Amino acid sequence: MLATQLAALTGTAPTGLADALDLVAGLDAALTRGLARVGEEDAAALAALAAALATTPLGDAVTEAVGKIVAGSVTEEHLAVLAGARAALLGAGQDALLGQFDAALGRSRSPWTPASPAIPAETAPPRAGARAWLHEVAVAGWLGVDHELVAAAGTPVEAALAVPASRRLAVLLDGFAAELRACVPVAALPQPPVRRWGDLWARAMLLAQDATPAADAGEPVSGRLLPLGVDVHEHATAVQVQVHAILEPADGGPPRLVRTAVGAAKVDTIVGPAVWRLLGAYPVLRQALAQRRGLTVTDLPARGADLLWRDDRARPDEPVDPFAAARVLLPSAVAVAGAPLDRHPAVIAEPVLVEGHTVHVDGDEVSLALDGHRIEVAVDRLPACGPLTPALVAASTACLGLLRWDGGRWLLQPLGVRATVKRKPVDAHAGDWADGVTDARVAKAEAKAGDAVAVLTERAGRLLRR
Amino acid sequence: MADADHAGWAGRSVIRVVPPARPRKLAKVPFVELADGRLQGVVSSGSDIERVYVSSIASGTHAYHCSTNNNRPCGGLRGAPCKHLEALADEAVVQYGIDRVARYLRADVAAEADSGAELLAGLDARHEPTPAAVVFSRFLRHLSYLEVPATTTPLPELHWFPATGAGR
Repeated sequence: MLATQLAALTGTAPTGLADALDLVAGLDAALTRGLARVGEEDAAALAALAAALATTPLGDAVTEAVGKIVAGSVTEEHLAVLAGARAALLGAGQDALLGQFDAALGRSRSPWTPASPAIPAETAPPRAGARAWLHEVAVAGWLGVDHELVAAAGTPVEAALAVPASRRLAVLLDGFAAELRACVPVAALPQPPVRRWGDLWARAMLLAQDATPAADAGEPVSGRLLPLGVDVHEHATAVQVQVHAILEPADGGPPRLVRTAVGAAKVDTIVGPAVWRLLGAYPVLRQALAQRRGLTVTDLPARGADLLWRDDRARPDEPVDPFAAARVLLPSAVAVAGAPLDRHPAVIAEPVLVEGHTVHVDGDEVSLALDGHRIEVAVDRLPACGPLTPALVAASTACLGLLRWDGGRWLLQPLGVRATVKRKPVDAHAGDWADGVTDARVAKAEAKAGDAVAVLTERAGRLLRR
Repeated sequence: MADADHAGWAGRSVIRVVPPARPRKLAKVPFVELADGRLQGVVSSGSDIERVYVSSIASGTHAYHCSTNNNRPCGGLRGAPCKHLEALADEAVVQYGIDRVARYLRADVAAEADSGAELLAGLDARHEPTPAAVVFSRFLRHLSYLEVPATTTPLPELHWFPATGAGR
C-alpha cells in the first residue's frame, strides 16, 4: 500500500455513511430499551428508519412493521423486517466503504453472482426456536434481559448445532447469548455494546428465517493457492481459521483473491495454540501454513471469494514467501464482492501489504505511518495461537494484514510481519504454529499446562453416553 | 460481568466483550463456570477415574455443597469446604481471575488475595445441599461440544469474534 493510497482511504468518509449509522443507532437504542413499550424517542427513531427506506423495495414492509411495533404489536415478522432494514443500511455502508477502498487501492472486484433461487425450506425446528428467543430478547431489550431469558437460548442453540445447515445460526446465537450472560444485569454496564448487540441480533434474526438461501454447491476451481495469511476467530465454543490467499487459476486468467475457512466447536478452556489441535481433520492445510508453502488444489468448490476447503483435494506445493506473493500478485489480483445478505462493515477484511513505514507507539496503541499518513493497528487482534505480538509489530519493517473498518475508522490487522529483532530480520505469521508451537518458551508453557483437548476428550469418552 | 469500562463501546461492532478464559490445567478440575448464580464445576476424584464430584458455591449466600454426580455427599465436608471445593476455587481464580470470581460471588477479598484458598477464607460460608444433576448435565453439555464435527462452511458471523492475544 502506498502513502497516496492510504491518504485516499483515510481522507474522507463516504457520503451518507454517517447518516446511515445514525439511523442504525436509533434502532439500536430502541432495542436497548426493548420494544414492549416504545417511547416517544424510539418511535421517532423507528419512523426515521422507515422514512429513509421508503423508496426502497423494503419501504412498505418497514413502514408497516414500524407502525405495528409502535402501536404495541411486535411479531416475529415485524422484527424480521426491522432486522432486514438494519442489514440493508449497513450493507450499503459496506458497499460504500469497499468502493472507497477499491478506488484508493486500485483493486478490481467482480460482482457477486447470484446462486440459484432460494427454495424456502420447510419450517425447521431450530430456526423457529431461535426466532422465538430473538423475539423475546427484542421485546425485553438488552436492559431487560435476565438470567432466565439468557438460559432460554440453550435449547435453540443445541437444536441448531445438531443440524449442519444451521451451523452459522448456532455459532452466532451461542456467542451472543454468552455475552448477554456475562453482562446481566446490563444496566450495571457503564456503556453496553449496543451497536455490536444490534449487529448480532439482526444477523441472527435473518439467519433464523426459513427463506434463508440454502448454500449452493459452488463452481469448482483448480490451480495454485498461495496463502497470504491467517485470520483467527473465536468465542467460548467456536474457533475458525480463515486463510486469505491468492489463487492462480489452472486455466490461466488473472490471479484471484480468495479465502478458505476451517472451523471447529470447542469449549472456553481450550485457548491459545491448543485450538490448532481441534483442526486435526485438515493436515494438508495446517502443514502448508506452518511450512509457508503453496498448495495445488483440484476442483475446490468456490462460492464468490470463498473456497470450500477439502483437504483431500489439495497437496503441498513449493515454499511461498507471503510477502513476495503479496508484493507481486496482490496489485493485480481480482477480488469478489460478498453475498448480499452477508454485507456489513465489520466483515470487510482486505489483504494489504505495508512496507517502508514508520511505527508510532503510544501506550497500548500502535500505528503505522506512510509519508505522514497514519493507520491504527488492531493490536488486540493478534491471536494467542500464533507468534505475533505488539512488540513484533512495533519492530516491523513490513506488515501483511487485513484492512478493517470499525468504530468510524480504518484499522490494520496484522497477519504477518517482517521485523528486526536483535538486528536480525525475523518473519512471523499468525499461522506459524498451525502444526505445533515452534517457540521453545511457549511450547514449554504449553507442555506444562497439559493437553486440554486430550483431557476433555478422555472425560467425554468416559462420561458421555451413559 | 465483563470488563466493560472501555470507552467507545457504543459505536463499535467488533470488541471482545467476554474476556477469554486464561489457560489452566484441566486434569483435576475439568469444568468451572460462573452460571446459574453459582461458582460451580466438576472435580475429578483422586482415587477413582470413573468418579467425579460436583462442587458449588452460591453467589450472595455463599452456601456451598459437594457431592458425587449421583448425589452422594462428599465425605470431606465436615463443617468446612472440602478439598474439592478448594480445588474448584483455585481453578476458578486461574481461569477468570480473582476479581471476576469475587464479583460474581459478591465476596469480599483482600486486595492482595490471589488464590482460591484466600477467596474461600473471605466467605461467610455454610453448607447447604443442592442437587448435582443440573451442574453435571451442564458439564456433559460442555463436553458434547467436542463431539460436534469440524466444518469447512465459512462462518462470516465469526468476524465479530476475533481471536485476541489476551490470556497469552
